[in-house]
Amino acid sequence: MRVGFFVTCLVDTMRPGIGFASLKLLEAAGCEVVVPEHQTCCGQPGYNSGDHKSAEAMALKFLAEFETFDYVVLPSGSCAGMIRVHYPDLFKHDPELSARFAALGQRTYELTDFLHRIARLEKVPGTFQGTVTYHDSCSGLRELDVYRQPRALLATMPGVKLQEMVESTTCCGFGGTFSLKYGELSTRMADNKCQHITATGADAIVGGDLGCLLNIEGRLRRTGDHTTRVLHVAEVLSGEEK
Amino acid sequence: MQNNAIDFKRQVTVKLADIKLQGALSRLQSRFVEGRSAVISEIADLPETRNAAAAIRDRVLNDLEHWLLQFEQQATARGAIVHWAETDEDVNRIVAGIARQHGVRTAAKSKSMVSEECELNDALEQAGVEVMETDLGEYILQLAHEAPSHIVAPVVHKNKEEVADLFAEKHQLPRKTGIAELCREAREILRPAFLNADMGISGANFLVAETGSALIVTNEGNGRLVTTLPRVHVAITGIEKVVPTLEDVSTLVRLLPRSATGQSITNYVSVLTGTRGDADHDGPEHFHIVLLDNGRSKLLGSDMQEMLRCIRCGACMNHCPVYQNIGGHAYGWVYPGPMGSILTPLLSGLEKSPDLPNASTFCGACAAVCPVKIPLPDLLRKLREQQMERGMKSRQETFMLKAWAWLALRPNLYALATRIAVRVMRLLGGKERLLHRLPGAHGWSDGRDFPAPAGRTFRELYRQGGRK
Repeated sequence: MRVGFFVTCLVDTMRPGIGFASLKLLEAAGCEVVVPEHQTCCGQPGYNSGDHKSAEAMALKFLAEFETFDYVVLPSGSCAGMIRVHYPDLFKHDPELSARFAALGQRTYELTDFLHRIARLEKVPGTFQGTVTYHDSCSGLRELDVYRQPRALLATMPGVKLQEMVESTTCCGFGGTFSLKYGELSTRMADNKCQHITATGADAIVGGDLGCLLNIEGRLRRTGDHTTRVLHVAEVLSGEEK
Repeated sequence: MQNNAIDFKRQVTVKLADIKLQGALSRLQSRFVEGRSAVISEIADLPETRNAAAAIRDRVLNDLEHWLLQFEQQATARGAIVHWAETDEDVNRIVAGIARQHGVRTAAKSKSMVSEECELNDALEQAGVEVMETDLGEYILQLAHEAPSHIVAPVVHKNKEEVADLFAEKHQLPRKTGIAELCREAREILRPAFLNADMGISGANFLVAETGSALIVTNEGNGRLVTTLPRVHVAITGIEKVVPTLEDVSTLVRLLPRSATGQSITNYVSVLTGTRGDADHDGPEHFHIVLLDNGRSKLLGSDMQEMLRCIRCGACMNHCPVYQNIGGHAYGWVYPGPMGSILTPLLSGLEKSPDLPNASTFCGACAAVCPVKIPLPDLLRKLREQQMERGMKSRQETFMLKAWAWLALRPNLYALATRIAVRVMRLLGGKERLLHRLPGAHGWSDGRDFPAPAGRTFRELYRQGGRK
């Protein structure tokens, strides 16, 4: 399987280790992974802020770079949702392009969804020891139905104990530019999430979207929690979390 | 009703700091979210039922004029009089006229959000009609001179203690504390109002085209009293509430109470058809149905038409993490939560409600529970697009978006810019690897630290063949 890997702008800039962790997992699953050199951003910030035009331009750039792969995989449910669900919608006025985007979208997967359902990875390289709790990021959950996939993969790790938090599927308050425009409200939502995390007593909060994880980590640290680890699921599964 | 949504941001600050409100809102989760979850699975074919419900609503909206005219014809044939109101003021004028025509001095009213849209009570008081709200929540709000903060549970923002204080003050009776005692006290005051009212005013959850009926779902029984005891009944609702048949209503009523209050069915489902006949024991002598447009017809055929599917269950706000944290009043107009964040700009002006389409994380919890499958986040996004097209976004935001897109379409420049940015941020993060202040993004850093980046981008590390 020839897989095009889209690292996402947040992982590229903020936590490149998640990118390498993802590559390790894809290779463990037997994939031939290619990282197109000129990839940047999927266009979601503009799209969700009402800037339809710039999102179209970025979607076309994405199509040119990724259309030839058997599969496209991303370590983010939010960006994968953009490509699978929203790219075809952007080009409704152009049936031919829309169909090409729909075809690309059907081959595009969030990382844990791909590893579990498509590549059927049964043994992961990671050796994490400890209790974790899982935050379900909104787009992955509601646009792509990612819920049991990361849990199934974590369940293959003998050292990992999953302690579910209450309301794991409630938004953490990130919401991209929402977290900047409505900082106070966003912080309150993050606070609610952090309380649920803390109540589990887990060693680490794990999730599949770096935006949410930065939001959660930012609030935990500001409120004086410097010990709960905040990890992307790829880091835990790959053993690249150290 | 005046739209105060312009004040949204300031209201958010006020509501987040309101401890009583926060306590009251914390009940939403157990009462409505868990309530819905417990009964919605009783519908074995839920996805198909939601599809059917959406299709019923779309069938009507695609030919609304036809269904409204059929409704008018059927209602008229059974003795009702249908009135068409283009604006909220038209509703007030029509209802005041009906009151005058029948010599009405007192009116008993059951819950109607459309009447809130019109501020009908004030208009009737000015016309010399004494109006009494008889839905318990609405009655409490009438005493407190407040607007509803939720379309189904209007007084969800108040706790029992506040109601006890209010009753003691307004009723001039010893303060009660138990819910049963408080309800009894309200019931004793409301009972004569039902018996003495010259006119009953209600809303309508649905209008049935094939029979000309107005249908209301209620729990307290006040709706049935208001619509059958007084000699005049006026039902007020929006033009979009019509459905073709009673069979269609039965599909929608399987979803409405379950989505709204977590009930399999409400205590009362009243199908109000025509005036009192010779053989009838009760019912009004005069039945007027007032149908309000107020901007709804403009949405027909537009890319916002799906919003008119709404059956006002309130599930979107019950499940909205923004609503759950600020309550309904912050939204500034009649309808709060996700459906309100779309309806308020559409019916009352986008320029007066600039925050509402933006105050959403697009988490999608609303669309996931909407019984008629309104794509609420997509509609909010379309309003953001309108703001962009009409130049209503701040210069700073527009610049940032355009600059980001410009850069992201130039990969080499993007690579250079991101390499510099992550190095600077890494340095600023210091030993702690945390940024306590983000210049130009204090919305983030007022309440959160920003975890510093690693200092090298993935793409440059990958290119160098390295792994960290």
